Amino acid sequence: MTELVRDSLDHCVKCTICETFCPFSQATPLFPGPKYVGPQAERYRAGTSSPDVSVDYCSGCGICTRVCPQGVKIAEINSRARAGLWEERGIPLRNQLIARPSVLGRLGTPVAPLANWTLRNRPLRWVGERLLGVHRHAPLPRFARRTFQRWAKRHVSPAAERTVVYFHACGTNYYEPAVGRMTVEVLEHNGFHVVIPPQDCCGLPLQSNGNFPAARAYVRRLAARLAPYARDGCAIVTNSTSCGLMLKREAQEILDVEDEDVRVVSEAMFDLCEFLLLLHEHGELRTDFRPLPLTVPYHAPCQQQSHGIGKPALDLFALIPQLEAIELDADCCGVAGTYGLKKEKYEISMAVGERLFDEVREAEPDLAACDSETCRWQIEHGSSIQAVHPVELLHRAYGFGEP
Amino acid sequence: MTYDVVVIGAGLAGLTAALRLAEEGLRVLVVAKGVGGTHLAPATIDVLGYADGRVESPARALPEFVAAHPEHPYRRVPVGLIRASLEWFAERLGGLGYRGGLEENVLLPTAVGVAKPTALVPRTMAAGDLRAGGRFVFVGLRGFKDFYPGYLAENVARSEVPGGASVSARALELGPPLGGEVDVSSAGLARRFEQAEFRDLVVRELEQRLAPGEIVGFPAVLGFRHAQEVWQELETRLRHPVFEVPTLPPSVGGIRVFESLTAALRRNGARVVVGSSVSGSEHRGKTLEGVVTQTAARPRMYRARSFVLASGGFASGGLQMDSYGRVRETAFDLPLAGLPAPDGQRFEPGYFDEQPIAGVGLAVDDALRPVDAAGAPAFENLHAAGATLAGATPWREASGNGISLATGYAAASAILERTS
Repeated sequence: MTELVRDSLDHCVKCTICETFCPFSQATPLFPGPKYVGPQAERYRAGTSSPDVSVDYCSGCGICTRVCPQGVKIAEINSRARAGLWEERGIPLRNQLIARPSVLGRLGTPVAPLANWTLRNRPLRWVGERLLGVHRHAPLPRFARRTFQRWAKRHVSPAAERTVVYFHACGTNYYEPAVGRMTVEVLEHNGFHVVIPPQDCCGLPLQSNGNFPAARAYVRRLAARLAPYARDGCAIVTNSTSCGLMLKREAQEILDVEDEDVRVVSEAMFDLCEFLLLLHEHGELRTDFRPLPLTVPYHAPCQQQSHGIGKPALDLFALIPQLEAIELDADCCGVAGTYGLKKEKYEISMAVGERLFDEVREAEPDLAACDSETCRWQIEHGSSIQAVHPVELLHRAYGFGEP
Repeated sequence: MTYDVVVIGAGLAGLTAALRLAEEGLRVLVVAKGVGGTHLAPATIDVLGYADGRVESPARALPEFVAAHPEHPYRRVPVGLIRASLEWFAERLGGLGYRGGLEENVLLPTAVGVAKPTALVPRTMAAGDLRAGGRFVFVGLRGFKDFYPGYLAENVARSEVPGGASVSARALELGPPLGGEVDVSSAGLARRFEQAEFRDLVVRELEQRLAPGEIVGFPAVLGFRHAQEVWQELETRLRHPVFEVPTLPPSVGGIRVFESLTAALRRNGARVVVGSSVSGSEHRGKTLEGVVTQTAARPRMYRARSFVLASGGFASGGLQMDSYGRVRETAFDLPLAGLPAPDGQRFEPGYFDEQPIAGVGLAVDDALRPVDAAGAPAFENLHAAGATLAGATPWREASGNGISLATGYAAASAILERTS
């Protein structure tokens, strides 16, 4: 895999299309662009690290790889280079901390009121910025009082002919358990028995913060949990689009994990909207939707776009009477998981998101929709408009009450 | 989900076909390996610049040209349809103020100062027409490596224009601050031109250096979405005609075209999936039923009633040649026309010579459906457009964007006709 990714740079014809799309090089001179730090700088990296630190200002959004007409794995090359850089220099404490959502979640949820108060306390956030380097204005989520797993353990999914496995990921577990309950109810409504195995982090934040060894350990552990279901022929569905991509492809292409469990899980993994739309294509999605007279701008996050599945959420929205979904033009919200939390990158991240925030506000919407949790938090932070996962609209239109 | 049409390729040909069909209420999906030629080619629509010498009127030259080049894509598109495609394009991209048409070519300086005949030009480039002559000044921007105003001016001054109008040209260089960067790309400059402070600095530095009556040529970096306002402001404040000259890639003018077309597609409910190449297909007899793309985890089938193949030529991967010199069309392995004989010459030594390999591509019928050697369509519902077509030498003819636009438009027309 290393060879496949690295050799792809031989296909680079220096057309610079990636540079024109990169949202981050547009926002900061500190990032000279995907071609410069990727196919060009890679020539200087044989056996050594990057010539400078600029590759650390790549967010890993993956837009460059997607738009490249020659199939160069630009973002993947850059992610690896970033990890090489941090391997040499040592990963800062902050990056080690914010890259472990399940550790933070296990610490935070039992004391959620206190933790949430702390994270919203201005003087403490200022201290946090000084001591840790987490920007005092960065959008941090609220810990839930009860994890999704606690709900899942008590939940009895009705028996059904078909079984689906739900990979809810950390965001749902520790911050947005309601999204998890809605996902389960929507799947059950469509005739699935939903299995929710215990699960830990997929390692994606560690990967994007350059700690590949730890990321590999996490993704292998998670895949080992999920693989038996995949081998039984079960589909695995996730509402966390970036973690889904990690298991589908990034573990293999970026982390270079060659692991049978990871491979079978990859083949069984579906993004939630992808899965529901495929059901619909087979005539198996219930469409007993009630009208939702709402105006909803929809942002397809970068990581969702890297699935290569288009924007299935829009096709699902089209099934809901009176729902006016607006496909937004802007590519990126700027947060890129943990990138926008960092003191030195917060302003860049907000500058990247500005166009998206403007578009969301201009729609004068009831709420906005977006598949990725961190992007939703960023959209809410930047536009002051509530942002929900698409499943929340489906859930409402099916006539379920508040979860 | 069944689409009415799946379009393969997101260059000018694919986006044109897709938008025209989506406007007619069809459910359209565009799938593309990556972003296409819009970002590389200038924003002008060259229909036919050279046949036997420079073409002054494509409308007049086309019948004879087509008769002399029976394998050319224009052979399959009646002149009326080419004209309709230009009008459609100018209207759809109204914000870019396209002007001109099939009746007469204007002569615009290229990035290296060649007077190039072209049919349809965006408003921001229109004042560069060399036909009436004039005194031109080309403005370089320090730190922008992809534009050579001195070289450009020297070549422009040597232009031969019809009627013998006099053309003179000089170059000058401005040094507006680049925010600590040593060099900037065209896209980086375009973003700076959208900022009022940057324009202020440019205008203030430039206004004292212009002589009365000079026509001012900037590199084509005068903003993205706000290019019209930027250009208008420069003209008003400098009190000189201002125009843009195409640069080396990335082409800012082309990016404006891409953004306008894709935004129009979104407004018309079409779907665009970039980053997925077509790796297979399903068909029953002569009917193509679906194409397969690779997603992050598995192949994905998209079914449709009609298909447009606009995947480009060798440069875009629509055509591929292996190390044995074998050429194939990459999406469907369609039969190819114009192949040099197995032991024949594929390349000529001179870069700008007529290259035998360049004529390779898809032969099509009047509905732009790829055909085999006997003239039978490969599939009754697959149409092709753009650089994948056989028989053109766009860089010699100055016909690239014209072929893409006209055949993209005509492929859509054929589908509308066949399915109505």
